[in-house]
Amino acid sequence: MRFSIAARERLYAFSLLTPCFLFVVTFAFYPIIYSFYLSLHKIIIGLPALGQPFVGLHNFGELLHDGIALHALLNTFTFVFISTLFELLFGLVIALAINRSFRGRGMVRAAILVPWAIPTVVSSQMWRFIFNDKYGLLNFILYGGDTTLYRAWLADPLFAFTAIVAADVWKTSSFAALLILAGLQTIPEELYEAARIDGANVWQRFKNITLPLLKPALLIALLFRTMDAFRVFDLVFVMTQGGPADSTNVLQFYGYKKIFAEGLMGYGSAVSVFVFMISLAVSLVYIKSIGSKMLSEKE
Amino acid sequence: MMKNRWGDIAFYTLTGGIVFFSLLPFLWFIDTSLKTDLEITSVPPVLVPSGSLQFYRSALERYDLLHYVKNSVITAGFTTLITLLISMPAAYALARLRMRFKKLFLYALILVSMFPQISIAGPVWRILDSLNLLNSYPGLIMPYVTLTLPLGVWIIASFFQELPRELEDSARIDGCGHFQTLWRIIIPLAAPGVFTAAILVFIYAWNEFFFALLIMTQQRYQTLPVGIALFQGEYTLPWGDIAAASTIATVPLVLLVFLFQRRIVSGLSAGAIKG
Repeated sequence: MRFSIAARERLYAFSLLTPCFLFVVTFAFYPIIYSFYLSLHKIIIGLPALGQPFVGLHNFGELLHDGIALHALLNTFTFVFISTLFELLFGLVIALAINRSFRGRGMVRAAILVPWAIPTVVSSQMWRFIFNDKYGLLNFILYGGDTTLYRAWLADPLFAFTAIVAADVWKTSSFAALLILAGLQTIPEELYEAARIDGANVWQRFKNITLPLLKPALLIALLFRTMDAFRVFDLVFVMTQGGPADSTNVLQFYGYKKIFAEGLMGYGSAVSVFVFMISLAVSLVYIKSIGSKMLSEKE
Repeated sequence: MMKNRWGDIAFYTLTGGIVFFSLLPFLWFIDTSLKTDLEITSVPPVLVPSGSLQFYRSALERYDLLHYVKNSVITAGFTTLITLLISMPAAYALARLRMRFKKLFLYALILVSMFPQISIAGPVWRILDSLNLLNSYPGLIMPYVTLTLPLGVWIIASFFQELPRELEDSARIDGCGHFQTLWRIIIPLAAPGVFTAAILVFIYAWNEFFFALLIMTQQRYQTLPVGIALFQGEYTLPWGDIAAASTIATVPLVLLVFLFQRRIVSGLSAGAIKG
């Protein structure tokens, strides 16, 4: 053979990665670039006769004056912030609660995984039913049999938004809990023993041992939850369709509506590009702070 | 020890509460699926259903639930198979071989798993449209494979990494080629990791809604989540049918979770937390 062993190994590595690479390029990177291209054109699905005239940055200019889009942006950020906050909080509580050995631990772990495993569409329908105005469980729990007091929760802007956050928190806190639990289990028990001997109380042990050593796990959970909350779609589609009065309209749903309901491929692509830039910026910030740690293990 | 006793009580209350809230909403939906129309709309709600299977029957007959099940099994099944076949060699290269641009590959994969689907939705739709692949299984499976590859590669790579370094050397001494080493030695040893990746990829594909909604616009190709999201009644929402279909869509997942919770947990935290 003419190649050195190292060169052959590199060649082999690349050949093993080729199929993976092809998929990622064709269905992820090329579409992202294609999206930029589309966003610079006026394209309407269903009006092919229109062609696709180049309009420069016109779509983006329009986007900046699009009140609904800006509203959706604000909603998305609010959603990401509040739901992630509660998910980490509940995740931490759940993880701390089950981080000890007890009988039936596997069953408990499986039970808290159920919300994570349920299809989001199913959990959305389920919560929609619980929030139902005529015979929903929530109304009954709050007002008993007095149906005159029953509220149409999902028809109220504020409650509808809260309902979506609640459904998301219910579904994904367990995921955060498991990541945090895995982090908890890497903390050596001796540290707590030593602190106990030194007279540290529960809170001091939590603050000075658990939290600092849990930081990587918390950051990872934060990263995953933030990026996932950014693409909230199923909940909105099933529970509210973005309403009432756009109070639950979020970017991914708005982009979907523009492209696939209204057929505005060009303008919708501008929304897509916008969403992509935001999420790229957010993920770069995260990856800069924690990604190097994750990556260093893969080298 | 008095103190421990109170600790135990607090512990069991808290854990019980967590389990209760995790399961209750879904149990309520299963409960609903076993009721009759009258029981669903009654106030106060009926706790113990009459066990009528009418909604299962009507979901099967009126909404042709089985074809949604079939479509979900086909798409999720093939996605899992193809993603694993592609992930294993890729993970091997990234975890155990010397190569250039490794970091670039890893960043690219992370990026794919992070960005919102809407940023590729329009172009993916157009690509599939031009290839005549809208409303076809390959048209949905190919984007699914792309989106689940980061998960598959990441999990399998983290299992590959834990195998001892000497494996390749001794395999080489025994005259094993590169490919044989991977196929005959590394993959069998990391079988639990491959299985874990399979479960997670399957759950992802089974639950995915966004792309399924865009790509499968004809009812005969739609998967369970799309069907469940779009169920329409004549006058009111068919809650009983929705609950019955939801139960059928979810029971396989709940079984997976109870059978393999340990693997799922290890997969979810694979590679993420060791630092």
